Amino acid sequence: MNYEAVIGLEVHVQVKTRSKMFTRVAAGYGHEPNTLTDPVVLALPGTLPLMNKAALDAIIKAGLLLGCEIAPVCKWDRKNYFYPDSPKNYQISQYDQPICLCGTVEIELPGPARNVMGEHKTIPLTRIHLEEDVGKLNHGATDSLVDYNRAGTPLMEIVSEPAMHTAEEAYAYLTSLRATMIYGGISDCDMEKGQLRCDANISIRHVGETKLGVKVELKNLNSISFVRDGISHEIKRQLAVVERGGTLVQETRDYDGQTGTSQSLRSKEMAHDYRYFPDPDLMPVQVDEAWKQRLRAECPELPFDKQRRFLEQYQLPYTLTSVLVWDRTLADYFEEAAKLSGKPQAAGNWIANDLLRELGAAHHALADSKVRPAHVAALVQLVDSGAVLTNAAKEIFVEMFATGEQPDAIADRKGLKAAPTDVGELEQWCCDAIAANAKAVDEFKAGKESAINAFKGPVMKAAKGKANPKVIDETLRRLLAAQG
Amino acid sequence: MSSAPQLDIDHVAHLARLALTPEEKAKFAQQLGDVLHHIEQLKKVDVTGVEPMAHAAPVFNVWADDVAQPGLPVELALKNAPAQRDHMVVVPKVVE
Repeated sequence: MNYEAVIGLEVHVQVKTRSKMFTRVAAGYGHEPNTLTDPVVLALPGTLPLMNKAALDAIIKAGLLLGCEIAPVCKWDRKNYFYPDSPKNYQISQYDQPICLCGTVEIELPGPARNVMGEHKTIPLTRIHLEEDVGKLNHGATDSLVDYNRAGTPLMEIVSEPAMHTAEEAYAYLTSLRATMIYGGISDCDMEKGQLRCDANISIRHVGETKLGVKVELKNLNSISFVRDGISHEIKRQLAVVERGGTLVQETRDYDGQTGTSQSLRSKEMAHDYRYFPDPDLMPVQVDEAWKQRLRAECPELPFDKQRRFLEQYQLPYTLTSVLVWDRTLADYFEEAAKLSGKPQAAGNWIANDLLRELGAAHHALADSKVRPAHVAALVQLVDSGAVLTNAAKEIFVEMFATGEQPDAIADRKGLKAAPTDVGELEQWCCDAIAANAKAVDEFKAGKESAINAFKGPVMKAAKGKANPKVIDETLRRLLAAQG
Repeated sequence: MSSAPQLDIDHVAHLARLALTPEEKAKFAQQLGDVLHHIEQLKKVDVTGVEPMAHAAPVFNVWADDVAQPGLPVELALKNAPAQRDHMVVVPKVVE
């Protein structure tokens, strides 16, 4: 009997705001414990929540980027439970009226080869709602320590439909979703800082069955790779249970990415009873067309749309686009260099290969690079005009990266320009080369275009490798044509 | 008149993390039962055509701009903590 896996993801994304969701104390990561609290965060008696406008802007923008319907009115509810990471003993969330409904995430699956685009799919979303994050528990041997810095940080929960079937799809979904959130400036989505967290609901069923099987919730998937590995592991575990005649139970399992194993979390004595009810302290949110319109105007082009445009507009190879489009700053950088140089592919190659390699080696961000798009464009033009040869250009690039000097100045200073400037000398070498290879002359004249390359080696050798290949090519053609 | 829905006082007490004596259970079961009974009566009101609402006044979009303000000094923030260590609140070991 054939089985298929059904996967739905619940992704929590921290919204990048200066202050918290319902109070104005600063939000942030990496601060000394319990230095980002105030009476609202600590739920001291008499405090009242006040919405953060920027967090609402961010979630509406996220919804627009993902093609969600934005609810004209939404409200806040209290989710009641006792846990030491939540000082109020309830979390303000959205229960039955989330701000964003439906929507989709476009994904790309791995292609047959690295340089071939893979299949694209559209994964439907159920909803996105806004809530507040909880504090952080640090578990010790005999007790736990609570840091409330994170408590009250705006947090979006993005819920997908159970519409994915493989670990690869889940991986592609998270990659795309993460890039979309970063593009929109909604979150930095750094999983190490807990800015993006993912739980997966996984079940298996017979192929052709439409009902969902018994669901296992997989928690603690704290890197995108762990999501893929964890889901893959869980699907195999479920299949193994069924194949040996066992029964799957609904449970929550904890995945350990280091060991690649999962274990059932202690089952709860009774089902959660959160007793949601509307928060009496918070008035509803009303979103009108003008608000949406204003945010729509701020929405950037999404990575896959950009990729399609780069393929079409700049005629870039797929591999190059897949390096350039996933980082918005890098894509913008490329477009500037492409426009300044007029040679998109050459500019793209310098950026994707040399610039990224140097940045990586120096542990620099693109924003800190002394090589700006104008430098790249100038170098592309130097090479294109034949003034600088490729190997010399590579040397110039490294120097340019270190100093920020213009490539032309570096070429002059280091004597890296193609030589000779003596046209007469070059012409003599070309004549010698033609005279020495009658066979190639005949072939060239018979229409074999590549035969011209046979003359170039001797000329370059005579020039000690410093001649301008473009000038050699032009001179050879002129001399061959003159022979009639 | 319909009777009040079943009230599981043990479940309610557990959710509120309250340890009640048998006398308290009887007392609060009676009181909460009365509240539920009252809700049952409210349910009989014809609300056809009335939008559900959580607030009496139609006020929307009460917010503030995202401008960070200083919070509490950590010593003050932890002043009510029954126990603290390393500037954090000590709680019984919790593992879900």
